[in-house]
Amino acid sequence: MPKTMFDKIWDRHVIADLGEGWSLLYLDRILVHDLSGGRAMAELAEAGRRVAEPRKVFATPDHAVSSAPGRTAASYPKGERLINSLRERCAAEGVRMFDLNKPGNGIVHVIAPELGIVLPGLTLACGDSHTCTNGGVGAMAFGIGASELGHALATQTLPQRRPGTFRIRFEGERPAGVTAKDMILAAIGRFSAAAGTGMAMEYAGSAVRALSMEERLTLCNLSIEMGAKVGMVAPDDVTFEYLAGREYAPKGAAWEAALRDWRELPSDPGATFTRDEVIHMRDIAPQITWGTSPEQVAAVTSHVPDPREAPNDGKRAAWEAALDYMGLQPGQKLEGTKVDWVFIGSCTNSRLSDLRAAAEVIKGRKKAEHVTAWVVPGSETVKAEAEAEGLHIRFREAGFEWREPGCALCVAANGESVPEGARCVSTSNRNFVGRQGTGARTHLASPAMAAAAALAGAIVDVRSF
Amino acid sequence: MENFQSVTGCAIPLMEANVDTDVIIPIQRLVGTGRKGLGEHAFERRRYLPDGSENPDFIPNQAPYRESPILLAAENFGCGSSREGAVWALMGMGVRCVIAPSFGDIFFSNCFQNGLLPVKLPIEVIRRIAEETQASPGNARTTVDLERQVVITPSGEAIPFTVDQRKREAMLHGLDDIALTLKHAEAIEAWKAKDRAARGWAWESVA
Ligand code: SF4
Repeated sequence: MPKTMFDKIWDRHVIADLGEGWSLLYLDRILVHDLSGGRAMAELAEAGRRVAEPRKVFATPDHAVSSAPGRTAASYPKGERLINSLRERCAAEGVRMFDLNKPGNGIVHVIAPELGIVLPGLTLACGDSHTCTNGGVGAMAFGIGASELGHALATQTLPQRRPGTFRIRFEGERPAGVTAKDMILAAIGRFSAAAGTGMAMEYAGSAVRALSMEERLTLCNLSIEMGAKVGMVAPDDVTFEYLAGREYAPKGAAWEAALRDWRELPSDPGATFTRDEVIHMRDIAPQITWGTSPEQVAAVTSHVPDPREAPNDGKRAAWEAALDYMGLQPGQKLEGTKVDWVFIGSCTNSRLSDLRAAAEVIKGRKKAEHVTAWVVPGSETVKAEAEAEGLHIRFREAGFEWREPGCALCVAANGESVPEGARCVSTSNRNFVGRQGTGARTHLASPAMAAAAALAGAIVDVRSF
Repeated sequence: MENFQSVTGCAIPLMEANVDTDVIIPIQRLVGTGRKGLGEHAFERRRYLPDGSENPDFIPNQAPYRESPILLAAENFGCGSSREGAVWALMGMGVRCVIAPSFGDIFFSNCFQNGLLPVKLPIEVIRRIAEETQASPGNARTTVDLERQVVITPSGEAIPFTVDQRKREAMLHGLDDIALTLKHAEAIEAWKAKDRAARGWAWESVA
């Protein structure tokens, strides 16, 4: 029987069949961060348990850290306690930690591929919903809660119920101005924020094959915004080239053996998916969200929808509440809407290619006077590479702030937030009510669109800019 | 975890879709607060007015629904972030069961880890329970019985629901997942030995 890539990875990791579709699965890697990692390990210790396989666990503080230039752990005191507990527990358990301001540190889903911690065919769990990002390399990576994290650490396994599979094929040439971010936002807009609930997504098709590794990570990052557990792209030469030589990637004969395994991973021809859809690239324009769910998204050239035209009562109420929160009028043109803040960062769009794309748009221009614009590289490595290219200078000259790696404005768990009522074009993944701060109004878009908004001081179509 | 057999109360009709975990508990509250003490912050952006007083328009604040153990919602309840604090916050405000047509996947798993029962029913049925409740909020009682896997609506209709048996057992008896898994210790060790031989590359690069 032809198998999907997901089937192959799942089947290989089954330790025991628990009945009713449940299996005990082996976890090849576990990632922990400051928000839940220290506590999860402390709870284990209190229960008299240890981390089962500390060498397969990697820790990084990222959520509750300041991104201010020159920051230390103490810059955000509440977060410092979390970092200290993470430090203490990692040391006690023998878990590798990429500490703040040290090489390797950064947003957990940025550093895992960057360091070669996540590899094709592996299973990976992390106490964070955007763990699906890591599926960009062809791994089965998924987010879990705090209790499941404790279980994972204590046993290096998790009982899981086999999810359904959902393939989206993106076909055709990529139109100008369209990025991986626009592709996935368009898919969420078309299929809804719940379309993939609990499922394993596979992104395929000619347009996905043509994406760089970093773009594939962006694509998979928003899988959870469709409700999906896992997002994956089949590994190919793009993947292998990206991973070769990375710190925790196999070397020498082990690399050759891994490559042989990895080439077997892609879904077999004729494999069937629970749901299978095609999106034509010619139908995608640069996207921007107008509401408070990632499904409330539209082409930048279009208008704010009218709740009276919503497909049902539930959606009408949701649209009305969203427009009220966002301070937008039905029928209003999206382009030209005044913007106060711009955030370029997060595990969605904070990699080197994202920063290059944003810097590219600037072309020596300056941000609009009234806009506060932040660029937050995803990791120490990204920061160093960007600075080696002089990107930080281009941003600074345009009036953008160049900051230290971390989740920063994506989540407002670190003393940093968008002020109440302010409108922010953000390259992150969630436009939920209050996500970037109480009363903050978030518009999700690509790095190029965000940079253009900073220059124009308003939402603008990057293609005409 | 707390065990769960059955609960009865005036179901809170929070009939909205895509209620995300950021709304259920803002992240700031999770920096420095443990599993306990989140109840007063559940839904805080909607539950309180800017001056800190309660928002009377927010349904869970209204008299018949206060402290009710049952919450009704529409599609995709608990979507978004993996924060288990969303479950702790709901339990802290007295909720022991959420009935919705669908749930955020990680939230759904987190519920079972803590003794909060997520029940999936069709939206029409949930709307009916909401209507029956709102017709007479003072008297309407809904019961959710996990032992019998049935929801009794205020009008007395019995609606069966399904839940995975291993989850049901664990909840009825408050079992510890880690202890259950460790019963497979031999199988885990055997799997590891076999995998190390077959996929050395997945082991060596982090050893
Ligand atoms: S950048 Fe945002 S979405 Fe990504 S891990 Fe951090 S808080 Fe979560």
